[in-house]
Amino acid sequence: MSIIVQDLSKVFGKQKAVDQISFQVRPGEILGFLGPNGAGKSTTMKMATGYLSPTSGNVEICGFDVMENSLEVRKHIGYLPEHNPLYLDLYVHEYLRFIGSLHGLRSIGLKSRVAEMIHLCGLTREQNKKIGALSKGYRQRIGLAQALIHDPPVLILDEPTTGLDPNQITEIRQLIKNVCQRKAVVFSTHIMQEVQALCHRVLIINQGKIVTDSTLKELQNNGQVQASGFEIELEFARTVNEQIFLTLKEIKDIIPLSGNKYLLKTIKNKQDERLTELRHLLFSLAAKHDLPLIGLRLVNSKSDPQSLEEIFRKLTVTNS
Amino acid sequence: MIYILKKELNSFLNSLIAYVVIGVFLTGIGLLMWVFPETSVLNYGYADMSTLFSLGPYVLMFLIPAITMRSFSEEKKSGTMELLLTRPVTDSQIILGKYLADFLIVIFSLVPTLIYYYSIYQLGSPTGNIDTAGVIGSYIGLILLGATFTAIGIWASSLNENQIIAFIIAVFLCFIFYEGFSALAAMDIWGKSAYLIEQFGISYHYQAMSRGLIDSRNLIYFFSVISFMLMLTQLVLGSRKW
Repeated sequence: MSIIVQDLSKVFGKQKAVDQISFQVRPGEILGFLGPNGAGKSTTMKMATGYLSPTSGNVEICGFDVMENSLEVRKHIGYLPEHNPLYLDLYVHEYLRFIGSLHGLRSIGLKSRVAEMIHLCGLTREQNKKIGALSKGYRQRIGLAQALIHDPPVLILDEPTTGLDPNQITEIRQLIKNVCQRKAVVFSTHIMQEVQALCHRVLIINQGKIVTDSTLKELQNNGQVQASGFEIELEFARTVNEQIFLTLKEIKDIIPLSGNKYLLKTIKNKQDERLTELRHLLFSLAAKHDLPLIGLRLVNSKSDPQSLEEIFRKLTVTNS
Repeated sequence: MIYILKKELNSFLNSLIAYVVIGVFLTGIGLLMWVFPETSVLNYGYADMSTLFSLGPYVLMFLIPAITMRSFSEEKKSGTMELLLTRPVTDSQIILGKYLADFLIVIFSLVPTLIYYYSIYQLGSPTGNIDTAGVIGSYIGLILLGATFTAIGIWASSLNENQIIAFIIAVFLCFIFYEGFSALAAMDIWGKSAYLIEQFGISYHYQAMSRGLIDSRNLIYFFSVISFMLMLTQLVLGSRKW
C-alpha cells in the first residue's frame, strides 16, 4: 500500500474538519476524492503531506509515518496544493530547477529531468517566460510538472483542473493519465466528469466523514446511479396539446420547446429495454389522438454524467 | 539551504527590490557623506567616516525591513509557503537560506561604500591620514548590525502574511534594539542596573566596535541576538503543527 490513512481527525477550535477517516491507496490506483466545499478534502491532503499535523490518527506514505518521518515522506510525495501556488517572479525553467534541487536532484540529472518535464507537460514554448506572464492553463501544467519532477511514487493533487477551459481540462487529464500509471494518486475535485474520466475509485466525504468508498462501477451499479430518468424530445408537424402525454404513467413532465417540439421527462429507474417499449407507447398514443409525430430523439440517458452528480448530491446534501 | 538562498537571490534580481534598495541606500548615504553641508565630510575638516557609521544604522533601520518584509509574508500570502514546507527540506534550512540571501543583499549595498574609504584616504592631508583600524572595526560593527536587523526583519516577516505589518514591526523592533535600550537606560530610575539595560541595546556594542576594538563580548552579543531571532522564527514556522 502506498498510502494508508487511519482514523485521521483534525479539529479546528470546536469544528471537526476531518472526522475519523480511514482509507488506503494502492500503487497504480487513481483515487477520486470528492466532497462539497468545506468537507475536509484539502485538510486531509494537507495532513497527508505533513503540512498540518492531525489531531489524532496517522498517515503512512510508502511505509513512513508522516509525523515521525516527515522528511522521508516528503521525498516520496508529489504535491500540488490547492490554488497551485507558484513563484510568479521566476522563469519556468528556473522554477522547475529550484523545486528539483529541493528534492535532491543535481547537475545532469536535474537538467535532464527539467527538460523532460517541460517536454512532457507541453511547456516547451513557454519555458523562457516568467511564470507571472503565463495563462492559468500553463501555470497548472507547471504545478503538475513540479509535483512530478522527482518521479514520486505517490501523487497528491488538490483540484488540479479548477478554472481551466474544456480543452485544457482534457489535456491535463490526459497528462495525469499518462504519467500516473504506476503511481498512487489521490485527486480531489468536485467535477463529476473528471472522476468518470480518470479515477478507478471514488471516495466521497461530507462534513469530515467518509460517506462512500467504492469503485466507480460499484457506485454506478448500486441503483442510485439510475436516479434520473430519460429526457426525450418529440417533434410534431403542428402545435398539439401536450397534456395528452401526461396520461402515461411513465411520463413525469412535458415542457413545450420552440418549433412544435416538446421535451418529455420520464420517471426514475428506467431500464434500457423499457425504452423501446416507451417508444412504442408514445407512437401509439400519438396515432390514437391523430397527432402528427414526426421526430423522436433521446436527449440523455442514464450513462449521462449527471447521474453521478445526483449520487453526489444525494450523499452529501441530506445531512447538512 | 544553498538552493533556497540561490532562489531568493534570483527573485531579488528578477524583481526591482534589490536594485531599488541598494540604489536608495547608496544615494542617501552618498548625499549625507558628500553633499549635505551639515553632515558632509568635506566640510567637517577631519578625514574620517563617522557620518557613514553614525547615520548608516538609521538608513539600514528602514532599508533592511524593506528587504526582509517579503521573505515569509509573501510566501504565506501567495500560498507558496505550503509548497516549500512540503518539500524535503527542514524549516531551519528554509530560514537560513532566506536569512543569508537577505543578508547578502545588505552586504552588496555596503560594499560600494568602500570607495568612500578610498576617497577619504586620498583626500587626507597628508594622504592616508585616516584611522584605518577604526574604520575596519566600524565596518564589522555595521555588518553585524545589518545581520541583526536582518534577523529581526525575518522574524517580523514570519509573523504575518501582510508585508506592511512585517515592515512596521521590523522597523519598530530595530529602533527599539538600536536606540530604545540606551534611551531607557538614560532614564533616572534604574540606579545601578542602568548599565545592564544599556547593554541590551545594539548601539552600546556597535559604538564599542566603532572604536576599532573587536571584543568577544560584543561579538557574542550580536550573534546571540541573531540566533535568538532566528530561533523565534523557527518557532513561528513550527506553530502550524501545533
